[in-house]
Amino acid sequence: MKAKHQRMTLVVLALVAIVAAGLIATWALRSQANYFYLPEQMAAEPPAVGQPVRLGGMVQAGSIETQADGITVNFVVTGNENSTRRVTYSGILPDLFVEGSGVVAEGSLQADGTFLATNLLAKHDENYVPRELEGLEGHKGNEDYAETVAGLD
Amino acid sequence: MIAELGLAALWLSAALAVLQMVSGALGLRDGASPHALYARPAAVVQAFLATLAFFLLLYAFAVTDLSIKLVATNSHSAKPFIYKLTGTWGNHEGSMLLWIAVLALSGGLLGGLERRMPEKTMSATLMVQGFVALGFYAFLILSSNPFERLPVPAVEGSGLNPLLQDIGLAIHPPTLYIGYVGLSVAFSLAMGALITRQVTPDFAKVMRPWVLGAWVFLTFGITAGSYWAYYELGWGGWWFWDPVENASLMPWLAATALLHSVSVLAARDALRTWTIMLGVLAFSMSMLGTFLVRSGVLTSVHAFAVDPERGAFILGLLGLYIGGALVVFAMRASSIAEGKRFTATSREGALVFNNVMLSAILAIVLLGTLYPLLTEAFDVRVSVGPPYFNPAGAIFAIPMFIVMAIGPLLRWKDDKPGRIQFEAAMLAAIVIAIVALVAVLGDYAILPLLGLALSVALAVAAFLPLRGRNIRRVPTATWGMVLAHFGVAVSLFGMACESAFTSERLAAVAPGDTTQVADWTVTLESVDPVAGPNWTAIEARVLASRGDEEPTVLTPQARNFWSPPQPTSESALITRLDGQLYAVIGDSAGVDANGKERWQLRVWWKPFVTFIWYGGLLIALGGIVSIVGRLQVDLKRRKAKALGDARRDDLDEIKGGDTLPEPAE
Repeated sequence: MKAKHQRMTLVVLALVAIVAAGLIATWALRSQANYFYLPEQMAAEPPAVGQPVRLGGMVQAGSIETQADGITVNFVVTGNENSTRRVTYSGILPDLFVEGSGVVAEGSLQADGTFLATNLLAKHDENYVPRELEGLEGHKGNEDYAETVAGLD
Repeated sequence: MIAELGLAALWLSAALAVLQMVSGALGLRDGASPHALYARPAAVVQAFLATLAFFLLLYAFAVTDLSIKLVATNSHSAKPFIYKLTGTWGNHEGSMLLWIAVLALSGGLLGGLERRMPEKTMSATLMVQGFVALGFYAFLILSSNPFERLPVPAVEGSGLNPLLQDIGLAIHPPTLYIGYVGLSVAFSLAMGALITRQVTPDFAKVMRPWVLGAWVFLTFGITAGSYWAYYELGWGGWWFWDPVENASLMPWLAATALLHSVSVLAARDALRTWTIMLGVLAFSMSMLGTFLVRSGVLTSVHAFAVDPERGAFILGLLGLYIGGALVVFAMRASSIAEGKRFTATSREGALVFNNVMLSAILAIVLLGTLYPLLTEAFDVRVSVGPPYFNPAGAIFAIPMFIVMAIGPLLRWKDDKPGRIQFEAAMLAAIVIAIVALVAVLGDYAILPLLGLALSVALAVAAFLPLRGRNIRRVPTATWGMVLAHFGVAVSLFGMACESAFTSERLAAVAPGDTTQVADWTVTLESVDPVAGPNWTAIEARVLASRGDEEPTVLTPQARNFWSPPQPTSESALITRLDGQLYAVIGDSAGVDANGKERWQLRVWWKPFVTFIWYGGLLIALGGIVSIVGRLQVDLKRRKAKALGDARRDDLDEIKGGDTLPEPAE
């Protein structure tokens, strides 16, 4: 093989791999489009029972109830359109989990229509708003968002 | 006075960057202008001044000078002294000043010490380096002046984000930054060589330690960052595919590819344009990382400092540098002389394959990170998480690990695949045996299982290049490769075990109650209030033991900082060779039947989780060993040159020449 051909082979190989990566990524991302749900989206097009997804919304005031076992918490998240979803979570609540703040729950929809969360995405700053929740009504964090001080990656 | 001195030093440095750029450009003309001689001293003096500016800011933080805005917004007189110091770079402006200081220092080292490159290429490199530095000086002085005074000094500082008051975060950002900046030097070198068309093995030998150094710091920074997130955020995870994490992973992937291709160029004079392209790509990823983290276009569990204007500035710099580099590349690439040829089944071939797989993984991570931004332009909010990254990444990572295992066994230039069929069959047998064994034992997910099997095969393969050699005569750089590859195996083993075998226990316990996780017995002894210098907390005393051993005391805390007011969880860990016990204390969980107050307690047993970070440290150590090995060879060579005797040829032969394989890490 001539040197020039070798270089061409390299370029073609690299291009094929990058294009393959791009196609795989695009295909995988398209199926990810229904990974994140607001309560109204979950009502309109519910994901399959047991499929791992994220549910985002505001924690409805007065909805947080701790069960008798001391570790299971039920609460209701609301979206933009009066749609709500009941969430059950067993675990230690994130430090800044309070009524009226945004939350992103990782978990899956159950057969009875509740959302079983395995993980609540912990925000670690009082100004942090999950990007998916920006613009939701009554979110205090939005105004402070640009002002967030301190820190590093 | 300190603040004004610092700002003056910065302006002077910026002026010197202009001088360096212009002098470097003058050195490019035939019959170089005498003014070209200013480029090197300009780089050296600039290094001194930029470092001085950084130390002045460090001093302002040390004495909590509340007339400086940056100190007032990010520090507090009651903060522990060590965190006053680390707070210097615990904010946007200070960290950018650190970045500039490291950039100037690297430029100074390059201009002051490097004598092996042709003078013209050096001029071009210093010109590019000056240009890059100038952009960042402009960014710092115009949009993020760290020395800005307050009209009236503050009475008290507003504190530092409590999550940053941790030794993990004190060391993690500077190491990452040094890595980013090291890649900027690789970029300048690549552009310099491209401009003068001197893309030669000698150039690669100059570039290699910079790439290795940057890569070591990136590796260490990512490892430290992962461990910090693991113990400080209290959620027990070590990787989240968070945009900010990805921002550091992407330059690492590019740097890893660059490291291997620059080694091929240095040892075998192949992959010339490919190496230049990766040099541009690696620095692009550093800048993109800075942009993602600094601009606020992405939010993340790690997002701290964000400002859209600054983001636009960095995006402008990114476009200018990378766009410019691509234009030069397009104009020059076809005139770069061909390198040496090789066949697909050779060490070079394997390295090219891994380079391509690394680039593909980089593309997967890049697309997954930017995808939410793209859809947001159409007002669709999505999140991209592990269900995307894990399988899509694995498609390319698995073949990469397989070739990584057998690549170092292949000969340079041309080899017969049949020569290593015994080794290949043995490694395949290990993988199949482990997958079969674990699959029979229980119901485990396929990816961790494959990871586990591959890690064991990789660990064995890492040492195969040493087989049949006189251990004392193995070049130091080969040891570096062995260590780094073994580190990858160790890390992969930890990740696979943690994903497959973690046990978790969540319980509401009153003092005196006992709970079980894996073979550990965990007892809550008491819960008491405690206080620190700038926080109060509730602290649980937890006794943990397994078998008949003496119980170990764990004290997880739930802290409340008062400036700024913010709660954090301090996890408690027991580290054993075979894993870690991880405990977090939560809220009060009401009273039990006997009227005693219960507390939420979450305990994990994570088998071999520490291997993830031990592996990261081994990888970084491998890089350091390689650098030392290269320097040794350089020194010997220089000595031999000075002596000018026949021994020089012997040394060349020992070192590798064309007959013995020189290791490419």
